[in-house]
Amino acid sequence: MILGIPELSLVVLVGATGAGKSTFAREHFGPFEVISSDHCRGLVSDDENSQDATRAAFEVLNFIAGKRLAAGKLTVVDATNVQRHARQELVELARAHDVLPVAIVLDLPESVSLARDRGRADRSLGAAVVHRQKDQLRRSLRGLAREGFRAVHVLRTEEEVRGVRIERQRLLTDARHEHGPLDVIGDVHGCLGELAALLAKLGYVVGTDDDGRPVDASHPEGRRAVFLGDLVDRGPDSPGVLRLAMGMTANGHAYAVPGNHEHRLVRALDGKKPNLDHGLAETLEQLGREPAEFRRAVRGWCYGLVSHLVFDDGRLVVAHAGLKEDYHGRSSGRVRSFALYGDTTGEIDEDGLPVRYPWAQEYRGAAMVLYGHTPVAEARWLNNTMCLDTGAAFGGSLTALRYPERELVSVPAERVWSEPIRPLGGAARPEDELRLDDVVGRRVVDSPLHGRVSVREENAAGALEVMSRFALAPKWLGYLPPTMAPVGTSPLDGFLEHPAEAFGAYAAAGVGHVICEEKHMGSRAVVLLCRDASVARRRFNASGGETGVVYTRTGRAFFDSPLTESLLGRMRSAVAAAGLWDELGTDWILLDGEMLPWSLKTGDLLRDTYASTGAAARGALSAAAAGLAQASGRGLDVAALQSRVASRSSNADAFTAAYRNYVWPTDGLDGVQFAPFQVLATEGASWYTSSHAWHLDVADRLVAADPATFRTTARLVVDPSSPESVASGIDWWLDLTGAGGEGMVVKPLENHVVLQPGSGRAGPVQPGVKVRGREYLRIIYGPDYTEPDNLRRLKERSLNHKRSLALREHALGLESLDRLVAGEPLWRVHEAVFGVLALESEPVDPRL
Amino acid sequence: MYVTITATGRHAGDLTFLLHKHPDRVHVRDLSVGRAHAFTTELQQDRCTVALLLEVDPVGLVRGATRESFTLGQYVNDRPYAVSSLLVVAVRRMFSTALARTCAARPELVDEPLNLAVHLPALPSTGGETLVRDLFEPLGWTVDATALPLDPAIPAWGRSRYLDATLTATLTVADALAHLVVLLPVLDDAKHYWVDEAEIAKLQHAGGDWLATHPQRDLIAHRYLAHRRDYVDTLLERLGDVAGTAERTTPDTARVPRSASPSTQEPPTRETLAHRRRGAVLAALRDLGAATIVDMGCGPGALLGWLVRNPANTRVVGADVSAGALAKAERGLNLDRMPDTQRAKLALLQSSLTYRDDRLAGFDAMVLMEVVEHLDADRLPALERNVFAHARPRHVLVTTPNREYNVLYPRLTAGGLRHTDHRFEWTRAEFSGWAEPLAAAHGYTVRFAGIGDADDTHGTPTQMAVFTRKDKETA
Repeated sequence: MILGIPELSLVVLVGATGAGKSTFAREHFGPFEVISSDHCRGLVSDDENSQDATRAAFEVLNFIAGKRLAAGKLTVVDATNVQRHARQELVELARAHDVLPVAIVLDLPESVSLARDRGRADRSLGAAVVHRQKDQLRRSLRGLAREGFRAVHVLRTEEEVRGVRIERQRLLTDARHEHGPLDVIGDVHGCLGELAALLAKLGYVVGTDDDGRPVDASHPEGRRAVFLGDLVDRGPDSPGVLRLAMGMTANGHAYAVPGNHEHRLVRALDGKKPNLDHGLAETLEQLGREPAEFRRAVRGWCYGLVSHLVFDDGRLVVAHAGLKEDYHGRSSGRVRSFALYGDTTGEIDEDGLPVRYPWAQEYRGAAMVLYGHTPVAEARWLNNTMCLDTGAAFGGSLTALRYPERELVSVPAERVWSEPIRPLGGAARPEDELRLDDVVGRRVVDSPLHGRVSVREENAAGALEVMSRFALAPKWLGYLPPTMAPVGTSPLDGFLEHPAEAFGAYAAAGVGHVICEEKHMGSRAVVLLCRDASVARRRFNASGGETGVVYTRTGRAFFDSPLTESLLGRMRSAVAAAGLWDELGTDWILLDGEMLPWSLKTGDLLRDTYASTGAAARGALSAAAAGLAQASGRGLDVAALQSRVASRSSNADAFTAAYRNYVWPTDGLDGVQFAPFQVLATEGASWYTSSHAWHLDVADRLVAADPATFRTTARLVVDPSSPESVASGIDWWLDLTGAGGEGMVVKPLENHVVLQPGSGRAGPVQPGVKVRGREYLRIIYGPDYTEPDNLRRLKERSLNHKRSLALREHALGLESLDRLVAGEPLWRVHEAVFGVLALESEPVDPRL
Repeated sequence: MYVTITATGRHAGDLTFLLHKHPDRVHVRDLSVGRAHAFTTELQQDRCTVALLLEVDPVGLVRGATRESFTLGQYVNDRPYAVSSLLVVAVRRMFSTALARTCAARPELVDEPLNLAVHLPALPSTGGETLVRDLFEPLGWTVDATALPLDPAIPAWGRSRYLDATLTATLTVADALAHLVVLLPVLDDAKHYWVDEAEIAKLQHAGGDWLATHPQRDLIAHRYLAHRRDYVDTLLERLGDVAGTAERTTPDTARVPRSASPSTQEPPTRETLAHRRRGAVLAALRDLGAATIVDMGCGPGALLGWLVRNPANTRVVGADVSAGALAKAERGLNLDRMPDTQRAKLALLQSSLTYRDDRLAGFDAMVLMEVVEHLDADRLPALERNVFAHARPRHVLVTTPNREYNVLYPRLTAGGLRHTDHRFEWTRAEFSGWAEPLAAAHGYTVRFAGIGDADDTHGTPTQMAVFTRKDKETA
């Protein structure tokens, strides 16, 4: 005998002691799937038979079963379950998790149970108990089906038990094997003309019957359509739409989920008398002109539609009114009701329509959810969900989303077929609402292009204060710069860092060309510049007339607002003069770069640490040198000591000279310069796959437009596989750092590089490494770091953590840009941006 | 790091005997922090100079650094050059016999005062030349000090915190060294090693009979003992036995922050005002009959303890954006020793007013005591929505400074704010201009109260708004 069991269900075994439940469970289910009450008794009391532990044991059993069901795991409860209240508890548990409860009853003759019970030397319960249980079971059997079980299977003989095969049945909602591509179509509402036009625009070929009526549509590339329900009512030709949709589903060219209008139609066709409003009367009238056979087919098709569908390994969920995450792939009355009607609060608004609970605003699931039901003026992403009902029958448009491309395709309505009850659009949502659970706790930020990045709970906690109290408001922060790893430690004498290691590493990774960019000794800065205040208001929700922001790597404002606006004003003129607004097709631009001088932001650090160290060194070493000269004059052998002090003295001078390079006075904006090196984002576009040559060309045009505000970045392209080219790169770096430069950054010329499997070493390549100058490093590792004994020890540094951090932050940075330019909601952008800040609080050697 | 001791006059040449250093040799001691050298740079009839040079190992210092000694956590620091506790270690090791007041060769010289000059070419002083004088002059020293420039190439930066100092006095060598080992680290106020209880005895020993009566005794004790209050108390008790006086006050100057000191000081009535503010908030909560309360921005928990101890309160949540502040609150409230009934009703949560946090919904009252002014003005809309639209407690209590009152604080510069982290301070009109429309928009009523002594013109130093939800819903 084959027992069909839904893949996701709560299987309740029912039977007296000794009926063979545990053996049955062991034979047909996995070891973790079965939760036995005896085992739970043992867990809480060390005694599998302890009746005193029953209460605690069942609490444990329910708890474990609940956790498994929440995780979407089939669960089998191995307990006698002969009492109604015990079963009721399990039925409720299944309902609470929206899975189907199934009962398998082992109703074997009492003699079998008794024989088995006697065989248990240590844990025989005795004939009286067995008899009582058997009695309870008998009384239960009749009403079992009414207790809420989706199916009740009763096995009465040992032969039957032996002959059972369990077949796990895929849920009707489960279309995870369907990977698309799909075209998900919003509420059609009887608008056949619009539907035909949309299908044509999507590339479908529409087939007609002998009367020229559309009965099928197929896509030459094998794409499939998905109808989101509400095919009928309000529009001119509901039967026509049904005929086409039914044909497409029958031929495997489309999927469909039901809408509330189909639900009502079924009731009407069944002879029940729903209200004939919202276009139902017209639909019935139109159907009345069709043959009865067609009406029956319509009734059957609509009735057979499944509440919602889960596609593409769970990445896409479609339901007419949307579906919250807990309900994905679940089956229960409330899931179906949610899918058809949404989460209504039970209240009626002033237009006489039910008040809908804004589930999408709270949606935080990983699966994309596409739905219709509530007409909107424009389809927009909200927390990875999108409503595709753009009011075709109300004179709006009929819209489809191409999956996985995420492209919207729509056709305008031919006319207003039905007067809208209220204007399209619905209630406004707070544009900038962020929730604490968007950012805190252990988090995994999923990036379709750049992988998954984990953020530890304690690091997120550390970032919360900075983000809440010191950073600019999140609406302004579309990106935070990632950290960058230094080049591998150089084996060369006298050098801690040297370009040879950078070229070598990129050559080994198979990177064709790299670009060496002068590293400006300033402070990392991100500039968000809008074309005017109205753009900032519209795109970034600015409220105070700002036209952009200039911020540090931790998201703090660089300048006070008047100074910021004044700098943005200069930059705006340069962007306009360089013709970038039109060329990049944007009215805002996000730039990454370096703000100079270093002393602008770090005056305290420079004075309190660097200059102070220099001052103390000058005082102590000059006095020591004088004293040693006197001692030497007295004939003491202090030559070695003298030479060390002299060396320290010149190291201290070199140290002082090193930091002085990065200090110059500023007054307001005078003396302040910004050296851009990357266009991070513009409207609808991120630019990280454009060559660095392009980015620096854009920068050069800004410099040309305003050389006082913008500063150029010297650069050199090197072929790391060519010894001559590498030598020229090394010379370039030696010249640069010999003249007091901080050093350079070496990046793959073509910018963001992911090596494909099969090309040697798969995975992301460091987006850049810094090669800092020998003299500059004195202000990092101390004036005397170049002394051989010091350098030897410093070369033992470990770079692995820093490198991993750089890659993870880089991935998050790109993800935040992707989300920003896709117009995703603030919390999605902020999630990735916050992740960068959180990773920055991972403890790593700050000198790297 | 370099220091010289010069003796002049009749017994000048005895200095090398007293320091136990042969004038024709270079004496070397290896220390954990580097290598010390002592050598005689001049030796004449009436003048003798012994130099101590410490070669600090900068890389070793950083690698061995513990979390506690943060100043050493960086490769770039002044420790290899400036006079500090490192030098004191070298002095103790190199001149241990002299410090022990023994001189095998010339025992009669030990108690003989010499004309001494100590040259400290890079002496850090967090109190400038004044502090050097305050510390040394009571012990008979004359101080001649010049501040070193921070960077001669950048005159605008002015003076550094280092002095080129020469201290002169007529003292026995042992006394002079004892003064140095105690006072030099006090000037620097940063020790390179972990200060434990043994330091108390060390200080008492080196301070001998002079520390108890030194006018800067308390400051010396605080800084030498790394501001460990319990150690300071122990020492002062012991010194009290000796000196017969033990006044228990912490001098205000005991801890002068190295840099970035607050540009303004809290007003003089700070303690009182904080007290009264707390009292006013507690009284208001009591009057409102609030039993479940969120203290948003609880900080180290000044209000929480009072809320928890009140048996009428059934649930108390302390929330703060700073994990560090919550850890402090946990320690300060002695959560691990709190009675079960109190512990059970208290929760500490990290949260933020700029993020919606559903855990904070459904309370009788939320307190924002001196919180709003720590948020940038453009974050207020998020706060308003999260508190008044989402958390929606029955009552919201907001206290914030009344800016008008600032003119009565003499130490505040005109237009200045009371704390460097205040993003704004409101006048009474500005406060009500914020609160009233806010209340109206979210279905609350609001009333205002003053906290602290009222001035006829400028009002009270603190102002409070009490919002009360109009509807009776409970969630």
